[in-house]
Amino acid sequence: MTVSLDNSKAVYQGIKDAGIKFITALPETWLVYLLQLADEDPEMCLIEVAKEEEAVGIAAGAYFAGEPNILLMQNHGFLAAINGIVSLAMLYRVPLCMLIAHRGHMGEPYPWHTQGGIVTEPVLRALNIPFDYARDPQKVGKQIREAHTYSLSSLSPVALMLSRDLMED
Amino acid sequence: MLRSKAIEAIYPELEDKLVITIMGACAQELYDLGHKENFFYLQHAMGLASSIGLGVALNLPHKKVVVLDGDGSVLMNLGTLTTLARYRPNNLTHIIFDNGSLLSTGGFTSHTTSGITDLAAIAKGAGVPNVAKATTPMEFIEAVADAFEGNELSVIVAKVEAVGPDHFGMDFKLPENAFRFERYIREYVTG
Ligand SMILES: Cc1ncc(C[n+]2csc(CCOP(=O)(O)OP(=O)(O)O)c2C)c(N)n1
Repeated sequence: MTVSLDNSKAVYQGIKDAGIKFITALPETWLVYLLQLADEDPEMCLIEVAKEEEAVGIAAGAYFAGEPNILLMQNHGFLAAINGIVSLAMLYRVPLCMLIAHRGHMGEPYPWHTQGGIVTEPVLRALNIPFDYARDPQKVGKQIREAHTYSLSSLSPVALMLSRDLMED
Repeated sequence: MLRSKAIEAIYPELEDKLVITIMGACAQELYDLGHKENFFYLQHAMGLASSIGLGVALNLPHKKVVVLDGDGSVLMNLGTLTTLARYRPNNLTHIIFDNGSLLSTGGFTSHTTSGITDLAAIAKGAGVPNVAKATTPMEFIEAVADAFEGNELSVIVAKVEAVGPDHFGMDFKLPENAFRFERYIREYVTG
């Protein structure tokens, strides 16, 4: 099992096609190529945080400044960011477009990811955060555009879950 | 030093900057001096005022950004100092009012109360290029003037009394503040 470079490129192209030039992120294995692509792209501003909740604040700041942006993290980072999502993004109606690596679900060999994998979707539902799964490299670009558009129109957090089918070879 | 007086002393300087405050007492003290459309009050989400400031500052490099923070809020997101230091926007001034207290929620002592924890030392250790400490109004005004004139990421830790306003309330709803802040930037900064 390895991370898919080709599909990471498809995701990155989707991010670019959505007009995103600002990414706030915290690394994770499935995101390594994506982060490398962002890092090497002179047109992209990549901000890496110490903890994912910070990314919610930075993304809100970028939004206030008029900069189309996304967050990139794994689902445990999403779980770590919840108070920021609730008490900043939802409370103030600030859009957030989150691309979340969905670790710890079907096929997961690593025990440490499993509890987060199990609870992520129920937590998204409990928070009423619209979400979708990205599984197909042909479709992920459109899904990113749509997630971003929807976050802006709904003034809400929106999550696109990057699945194992997409991120692994 | 009283935080309300410290904020009052720098209030005229905030006119042409984007200002993000933490919740409660600090927000109210700025608001009571007169709300401006370039002020955003983060009334919850402890720790994220400086992250918002970072996101704004990185995307508007020609606009000065000021964060009015508190010790309790910073302690909840110490990593922010390392992220600020890593990306070091030179248009950002992060003022931490250290009252050694979780004042807005009953005045319980915070970890800085006894003087054991030194937030300025933490900011320095995080790699923030310009760190100043202020215990008197004069020191505070000088440190802020220095930060505003300088072209460097600054953190100012201002020791203040654990005293706040005797009333709370603002004449707008929270999302309205966000909408108006965003609109102000669109119309007067990027527009
Ligand atoms: C996550 C979270 N935990 C607890 C609280 C309750 N709370 C509200 S204000 C506050 C203290 C804020 O302290 P500080 O940032 O030092 O500002 P001060 O009120 O002292 O001016 C706390 C703990 C909260 N709002 N959010």
